[in-house]
Amino acid sequence: MAKESLKYRKKRLDRGIKARADTIFAVASYRDIFYLLMPRALPVVGLLILSFILEGYWGKVLVYACMYGLLALSWDFMASCGLFSLGQSLFFGIGAYLAGAMNHYLYLPPAITLPAATIAGGLICAALLSPVIRLKGVYFAMVTLMLPILLMKMIETTGVLGGTHGISSLSPFSNENLAAYLAVVGFLLCLFGFRRIINSDYGLVLVAIRDDDRAVMSGAINIYWRKTQALFVSGAVGAFAGALMTHHYQFLGMSVFALDYSILPVAAVALGGQGSFAGAALGSLILVPLSETLRALGGLRIAIYCGILIGSIIALPEGIFHYLARKYHQFERMVEGN
Amino acid sequence: MSLLVYGLINSVILALYTVGFSLTYGISGLANFAHGSLYILSGFAAWSFMNVVGLPFFLAAILSVFIIAGLGFLLYWSLLLRLRGVALAELIVTFAAGVTILELLTWRGFYGIRYSLPVFLRGGLEIFGVGVDYQRLFVLCTGVVLVVLLWLFVHHTKIGLAFRAMAQNERTALSVGIESDWIGSLSLAFGSALAALSAMVVLPLGMMESTIGYEVLIYALAVAIVGGLESTPGMIAGSFIIGFGQVAAAKYIGPKWMIIVPLAAIVLVLVIKPSGIFGKYKELEERV
Amino acid sequence: MQAEPLLQVHNLRKRFGGVLATYDVSFDLRQGEFLGIIGPNGSGKTTLVNLITGFVKPNAGKVIYRGRDITGKMPYTIAELGIARTFQMVRLFYNLPAYKNLIIPLSSRRVKKLRGGKYGEKDDTAIDLLDDMGFERDSFVPYKMAGSLPHGYLKRLDLARALTLRPEILILDELFSGMSMSEVASTMPLIEKFHEEGLSIVMIEHRLKELFRVVDRVMVLNFGQKIAEGSPVEVMSNEEVKKAYLGVDIEIA
Repeated sequence: MAKESLKYRKKRLDRGIKARADTIFAVASYRDIFYLLMPRALPVVGLLILSFILEGYWGKVLVYACMYGLLALSWDFMASCGLFSLGQSLFFGIGAYLAGAMNHYLYLPPAITLPAATIAGGLICAALLSPVIRLKGVYFAMVTLMLPILLMKMIETTGVLGGTHGISSLSPFSNENLAAYLAVVGFLLCLFGFRRIINSDYGLVLVAIRDDDRAVMSGAINIYWRKTQALFVSGAVGAFAGALMTHHYQFLGMSVFALDYSILPVAAVALGGQGSFAGAALGSLILVPLSETLRALGGLRIAIYCGILIGSIIALPEGIFHYLARKYHQFERMVEGN
Repeated sequence: MSLLVYGLINSVILALYTVGFSLTYGISGLANFAHGSLYILSGFAAWSFMNVVGLPFFLAAILSVFIIAGLGFLLYWSLLLRLRGVALAELIVTFAAGVTILELLTWRGFYGIRYSLPVFLRGGLEIFGVGVDYQRLFVLCTGVVLVVLLWLFVHHTKIGLAFRAMAQNERTALSVGIESDWIGSLSLAFGSALAALSAMVVLPLGMMESTIGYEVLIYALAVAIVGGLESTPGMIAGSFIIGFGQVAAAKYIGPKWMIIVPLAAIVLVLVIKPSGIFGKYKELEERV
Repeated sequence: MQAEPLLQVHNLRKRFGGVLATYDVSFDLRQGEFLGIIGPNGSGKTTLVNLITGFVKPNAGKVIYRGRDITGKMPYTIAELGIARTFQMVRLFYNLPAYKNLIIPLSSRRVKKLRGGKYGEKDDTAIDLLDDMGFERDSFVPYKMAGSLPHGYLKRLDLARALTLRPEILILDELFSGMSMSEVASTMPLIEKFHEEGLSIVMIEHRLKELFRVVDRVMVLNFGQKIAEGSPVEVMSNEEVKKAYLGVDIEIA
């Protein structure tokens, strides 16, 4: 006789509080408000507090984390419209060199070089990459991988802009903690700003371009112009990070085009989950402090980023953030049946 | 005249860098971005067999070719199995794996003068008044032989053609139950074996260090893209263009410019004519 | 009646590798006309649509719209100029609510211009448009995920997407395929209504009975070539057409 066994399956339901709090009209109690506000307030309050109390070594780690976070956010924004880059260091390096050159050769203060490098960096990066946005994903990625290496080698061979030795003694910020404030504020603005954009109609079109570009084209929308706009935004954010870094360390060198700045953002987004921007932020906030504690291992750090990157892509494609969000918004239980 | 001879040798070396990569791509459509790392890893493996275990070079070389082939096979089964078909993920994962290998090698201290492989034969001869050592001649011959073998295998043997047919019709093959995963892993194994073979022949010309891994990847990509993927005449043309370009740049502008040539070539070709010189398909561009 | 035809197609040719998909196809479309295109499977009807709307570049030939050469221009340029199309394989965003699918054409420059700058919330406009197309607002149908809608609704959503652009020429690629009789019966009046309001329509169809009731003229394609053109009666009594369809007899009501 065959034994009958009850089969169970996992069933996921939205928590009651999510169903109630999902539309603005239904926020009926302090508990609902707290439920909605807490995940958003946590990073804001947390990071702002940290920027005040952390000093010295861990203060620098905070700046690092926000800086890499900006690169990860910029990667995620580009990826939202279908542009997958393996060269965020291009944006970073261009921003760094713009700010550093303006400071060193034109004697402009950080208050001017920072915004100038951000805008100019965005424009230059958009211009550099727009000829190749029509390429298929793999080949676009290849170009983004090669460009920073090319720029690095050109600086090395021609010796312009400081060449191999770089440029040192650039102006620092007027206030010591300004770097941390700028980094944290920039990071938070970017995080919430990008989320706002993606949820708007403009963002809807961008994501639609990634999902089915021909359908979007048949809706009379110039997808390449939109992609160029996304490049500008991502480029500007990356350039900002680079410019910030240059003045924070008062040094400019070829290392701004290093593989490090290209790989860690991708690893952070893979870990945290692509598409939500919160995933990119979460990923960087985990990876950067982690890598700092492993500083003693030197070059092994990149190997670890890569390991995490590979592991995330294979084993956890949706990313940590989606997993956490799911736990927060839904509960699971086993039900009978198939 | 020396330009011609050195250009020729350089071109053949570049072709040797590329054969493994082209083979893998030609058979299964998989772009193996760990190619360079496997190349240099085989060198260090052979060195270890020679200096730690005490084997003669010939044996060490054969052993390391097999080991690297096995590593390529393993790479497929552990990492790429679930990502098959998503070209971008394949690229990222193989690239990350390659970087991991290279950074691990650097971290363990595998660089410096004492890391080098012995040449096949010492000495040299003169060709048209240019001194060429025997090792470089050996490289030349090996290069020609491997390229010809590659071309024959991929285009003219039953196995090669069958592989390619299945790769092109993967969806159909999968739905009928043909094990395209075997093809994928074998293509990676063969490609890696070729990389190791090239390494055994070319590495004795200089010192070994992990940065070579990055360089070889860039060279292989440049040759493949300039010449056009899926085209063996393209690979040959690409090697010669970049090979001579490099030697000319070194002579007339400066030796440091050699690495710029392949990098610039990749970017320029992808911007101007993405399918490369002999590229048959416009598959690099989005349709429309 | 306009002197010059709205759309002129001259000797379009397209070869895909060894396959000649379109060979010397020419036709005109006058303002306000309703043209049907029929032909057996593989006769190149969809390729023709792709060539006209810019999704495929022709090897030879010209497409002239309102006196302007639009041959080989980008699909979004052609859509912006006023030629909209539906897809045989419906191209929608299934993980979005139905009405959000219309946000994309609503975000185009063309629609912005036509509705004159500030035209109110796109969301409301989308819901209104869908309501007109039979997606009952009161039953919250427009808010359902596109992926959860039945096939007939999806086809109508595709149609709505094209109509959102307020085109001058609408090209329908097998809109009725997969639709039930009742769905066809409820969709056809919509199309006729737009036609009466001045929209020129090109309709590719296999369901000849319904098609012949509404079209002014029919064109027949076979193996990429035009083999007949004229009124439905003329075309269906053409020997070559009968041969192409392998002797299918159609009653023209």
